Order: sequence, then C-alpha cells, then structure tokens
Amino acid sequence: MIRFDNLAWHAGAFRLENISFTVPAGRYGVLMGSTGCGKTTLLEILCGLRQPADGHVFIGERDVTDLPPGERGIGYVPQDGAMFPTMTVREQIGFALEIRQRPAAEIAARVKELADSLGIAHLLERRPQHLSGGERQRVALGRALAAKPSVLLLDEPLSALDEELRDELAALLKRVQRELGLTALHITHSRREAAQLADVSFRMISGRVDEVPST
Amino acid sequence: MYLLFLLAMLTATASYTTPGKLIEALGKREIQHSIGLSLLTCTVTALLSLLLAVPVGYLLARARFTGKHWLEAALDIPIVLPPMVMGLCLLILFQTRFGQFIERIVPFTYTVFGVVLAQFTIGAAFAVRTMRHTFDHLLSRPEDVAMTLGCTRAQAVWRVTLPAARRGMFAAASVAWARSLGEFGPILVFAGATRMKTEVLPTTVWLELSVGNLEAAVAVSLLMVLCAMAVLAAVKWLGEEV
Repeated sequence: MIRFDNLAWHAGAFRLENISFTVPAGRYGVLMGSTGCGKTTLLEILCGLRQPADGHVFIGERDVTDLPPGERGIGYVPQDGAMFPTMTVREQIGFALEIRQRPAAEIAARVKELADSLGIAHLLERRPQHLSGGERQRVALGRALAAKPSVLLLDEPLSALDEELRDELAALLKRVQRELGLTALHITHSRREAAQLADVSFRMISGRVDEVPST
Repeated sequence: MYLLFLLAMLTATASYTTPGKLIEALGKREIQHSIGLSLLTCTVTALLSLLLAVPVGYLLARARFTGKHWLEAALDIPIVLPPMVMGLCLLILFQTRFGQFIERIVPFTYTVFGVVLAQFTIGAAFAVRTMRHTFDHLLSRPEDVAMTLGCTRAQAVWRVTLPAARRGMFAAASVAWARSLGEFGPILVFAGATRMKTEVLPTTVWLELSVGNLEAAVAVSLLMVLCAMAVLAAVKWLGEEV
C-alpha cells in the first residue's frame, strides 16, 4: 500500500496542500495530471528525494516520511531512464545489490533472472549510449526491481517512446507488477496509458488529488 | 585572419633559432632545473586545484543557497585581477600576523612552496570554472536514482557522478596545469626569481631576456609552446573544451 496523508509542499508560489490518497496493496495506481501540476514532486516526496512541508507518507504500514530514499523499499523508474552513464547494463541492474554488499554469485543470478524476464539478456555488456529508448526503460525497470522492492514508482516511463513500443512496454509493466505482486504508482498525462494499466486512477488538478471512479 | 596571425607568430619564433642552439640552450644546468621545477610545481598545483575544484564545482552546480551569486563572483577574482596584483596581495598577506604564523609552519615567501601557492591561487579558479561547467552538464537524476537504490548522497556522487565527470576532471587539471606553466607575475613578486631555487620557465625567459640571451629565451619559449599545445591536444582528444 502507498498512502499520502495530508501532505503539503511549498516552493515559492507553488503549493500542494492536504494531499491524501491511497493506492491499495498489490494494485496498479495511475496518477494523471497536466504538465507542471506537481505529479513528479509527489513522486519525489514518496521516493524521499524531497521533504514535505507537512503530512506523512506511508509504504505498507510504515511511516517513511523521514526515512532516507534507500531505506524505503522502493523501485524508481524516471522518465528518461536516468541511466548511470559509465556503467554497463549488467552493472546498472546489479547496482542495488552491490551497494548492499551481496555476494557476487547472488548478484549475477539476480541480474540474469531480471535480464531474461525483461528481454534484455543480449544487452548486458552495453553502455547506455548504445541503448534505444525502449531498451533504456527496460534496463531502468530491471535496475529498480533488483533489490526486490515492495512498491514500484514510475514517472512517465512511456512518454518518450513511439506508440508500438509504448503498448509493448505497458504490457510488460503490467505483467511484472502482477507477477511480483507490487504496489505501483505510475505518473502520466496519457488517458490511454491509464486505461491500459490502472487498477485505480487518480487525477491531480489545482494542487488536489481525486480518485477517478472506474467506468 | 586571427588564426593566420597566431600561426605567423609561432612560425616566426620557431624559425628564429636552429635545433642545435635550441638543444644547447636546453642543456644548461639552470634551464634544466627550471624545467624540472616547472613540471613538478605545475603537477602539484593541478592536483591541489582539482581537490578544491571538484567539491566547489559540485556545490555551485547543484546547491541553491543565499549568496550563491556573490560566491561565484568572488571565486572569479583571481581570473579578473591582474596576475601581478595577485602576487602583491599574496606578499602582503604573508606580512600580516596571520601570514607570519603560517610562515612559521610552512615558509612560503621566496620558496618553492610560494611558487605552488602563487600558481594555485590562479589555476584553481580556472579549475573550479571547468568543474562547475562539467557538473552543470551532468544530470542529477541518476544520482537520485542511486539514492533510491540504497546509496547515501556521498556514495551516489562517488559511484555515479564522479566517474561520469572524469573527462571534466582531466580538463580541469589540464587547464590548471597549463595556466600554472605560464604564470609569471605572481611568482616573480611572491616567490622571487632566484636561479636554481624558485626559477620556473617563464622566469627563465625573463632572466635570459634581461641579460640579452635571446637564443635561450626563445628555446624555453618554444618548449612552453609545445607543452601548452600538448595539453590542448590532450583535452580536445578527450572531447572536452577548455
């Protein structure tokens, strides 16, 4: 479960106030809203990359508001993949486990498992500059899943892809979320993406977040 | 036109002397000492400049704080002040009680340490500019992702950002090195021009010219031109603009 409880965020004239909504455990939540409305800010607060002015953030039953990003048990896939520029795909996917000082054999096995599952086993020795947009997003997804997070946070992961690739990756995201039983929060401004992926949808307008009733 | 003018200037200097006289001049004991001291002090200065430039450049590129513009302007002082004035400021600083206290621990005035300090004072400002430019062009998002994967901010910088900034670091060190190689005014004022002691290559050119030994001055000048061109070529080869 992901829960925002009376969250507030201020940056100059831009304000988010009393943001409260919940993505139930094991469900795929999609948050829609126009560009610049504060969707990414909310996701960054959930990641621990920004501190809220007020309110709390829960992952499961745990209040993670004051926890550092690495202790929240999240997998984060940003818009452009945000690849580590000097690392190979193998190193990117193994990064979270290497930071946790897991044994080399365990890292290698996890990298192989994820690479096979995401269809990127042939890319393991490549560096980011030799990957296409779709490949980058698959690698970013593998990197986010390596440490077995309980929630998956996706910031417009499909926006830079062409339509065919977008459908293919959307199907992959849904499959991965279902198979691993993850709670996901996916940010987009595309209604089509929401229709394809969402178990539960939210709309952000004028600093408020409302649940969109399913049709 | 400007490029042609530069080429004409360098060609004229190169054709002023013969290879034999050049080798003879470079064989002089004083000049060899000057070459050695220049290479040593420039390398130490480049490394010290990098140590300062990496954290300061990172801070300027990533952090937002009150007075940031003033700090940036202050860090450019060594670039805009006349080099001779920088040397004079250094000399006066080390005549104060604070300076005298430092001198009792490490003697800077008219020593090799003074040569490095004079070079560092100006070279570091150029290195900071280069590193700031480097970090400005590196996205901060990968660092954020590394933090969500379990890194502290310091680990994320060390493992993700610094490897990506390695070309910029090389460029910054090269700029500081090349700038230090040509530094004359502050060294003359602060560290002196004592032969076999604080004499570096620009000092040699000045000393040889002052006694009318134009052949030796040209030989040392050509050596400095070659060093500067080698640094430029290395930086360009790595794809970074100085």
